[in-house]
Amino acid sequence: MVHRVSGLGLAIFLPLHFLALGLAIHDGAGLDSFLRWSDQPLVKLAEGGLVFLLTVHLLGGLRVLVIENFDWRDGQKQLATVAAAVSAIVAFIFLVRVF
Amino acid sequence: MSDTLSELSVSVWRGVAEGRYETYTVPQRASQTVLDVVTFVQRHIDPTLSYRFACRVGVCGSCAMTVNGKPRWTCRTHVVKVAGGGRLEIGPLQNLPVIKDLTTDMEVFFEKWQAAKGVFAPSKTRHDPIAPIRPDTPARMAADAGIECINCGVCYAGCDTVRWNSEYLGPAALTRAWTLVNDERDGGNTARLQAISASGGCHACHSHQSCQELCPQTLNPTASIAGLKRRTAAAYLKGEITA
Amino acid sequence: MNVQLYVWQRLTAAVMAPLVLLHIAVIFYATRQDLTAADILSRTRGSIAWASYYGLFVAAVSIHAAIGVRNILAEWSPLKNRRADLTGAVFGLALAVLGCRAIAAVVLP
Repeated sequence: MVHRVSGLGLAIFLPLHFLALGLAIHDGAGLDSFLRWSDQPLVKLAEGGLVFLLTVHLLGGLRVLVIENFDWRDGQKQLATVAAAVSAIVAFIFLVRVF
Repeated sequence: MSDTLSELSVSVWRGVAEGRYETYTVPQRASQTVLDVVTFVQRHIDPTLSYRFACRVGVCGSCAMTVNGKPRWTCRTHVVKVAGGGRLEIGPLQNLPVIKDLTTDMEVFFEKWQAAKGVFAPSKTRHDPIAPIRPDTPARMAADAGIECINCGVCYAGCDTVRWNSEYLGPAALTRAWTLVNDERDGGNTARLQAISASGGCHACHSHQSCQELCPQTLNPTASIAGLKRRTAAAYLKGEITA
Repeated sequence: MNVQLYVWQRLTAAVMAPLVLLHIAVIFYATRQDLTAADILSRTRGSIAWASYYGLFVAAVSIHAAIGVRNILAEWSPLKNRRADLTGAVFGLALAVLGCRAIAAVVLP
């Protein structure tokens, strides 16, 4: 479920991400003002959330690829919890670095 | 002989699709199972309660019901393990139409079994010598790991994908297909792989593993379905089956 | 989901795994160094490497997200099969177009 929700969250975010990058057309002034806007704490918090979504979706996806393509191993559920924990740590480190 | 320890407050589904939970008071006894509780209600309180059971010793799978939200064999579920605070909630298996009270219509379950081609397709006649099947080949071991399914429906009732996708064939049907895919005597594999590669086939499985956690026979449908995903992907890439 | 969609989804997922790891590293680097637009663009403008990397990424994610969204619609919304397929495809196309535009924005000199 986490995997699906994180995927949906990323899918919603992605068009916005592409549009923001598109601001670089011409000479990047639009992008600069966007980058300054994104310096706000709330935005940084949201970015931390996005890093979490990306990491958890990646790790969840790797788990699915392993289940489906390699020999069965017990403890898959624990792997999923570990994946979520690692993602949380990664997102936290990100937040610490940008604040 | 029967030690009455205390009383249980048991909510039982009465009705069809429309209905309600009715509460009964049942004396708790040592080593009591949920099936004992249901039987007590029917014999001593309300004879109109409908439910299924047969062997009552955990080999037939007929008594499967939803106990406190989880699909289980009621004859193998001890009351002391599930009745927190002396309360129990018993309902029919989910994801299946309700006939009455605790009995469900398993027709769609078996129709999907057929749709997954979970039926042996012979490749020899009675005049051919018997095929010597070694029990320790990887294929035979894979088949044996899934062969003990007795169609109780617990995996089907517990599956999120069955709940969300009415076309999904379900863990039991696909596990049987997997055992036949690994049976070297079977001659119907191309048709079978094609049948389970359509919408609602093995690829709809999200590997949530509820089936594996719930199966009272300790089968692992997620692993069987993963095997089917690999086989069908390979067959598709080789052009043996089409999308 | 059928075998064709399944193969494409798992394939693009596998392709993206290393791309995502690199992307996370880039995110950490860019935010640590507090890069301005000019800093970023000076590195990406005219770079075949960045164009190829992001080109592959956009192609893969457009397919992967389209199929994922299609599955969510088919399972959780009243849209089924054909209509879910179509909506997913439109979404994938939108991602591809916006993605290519974004790459052009940062890579073209």
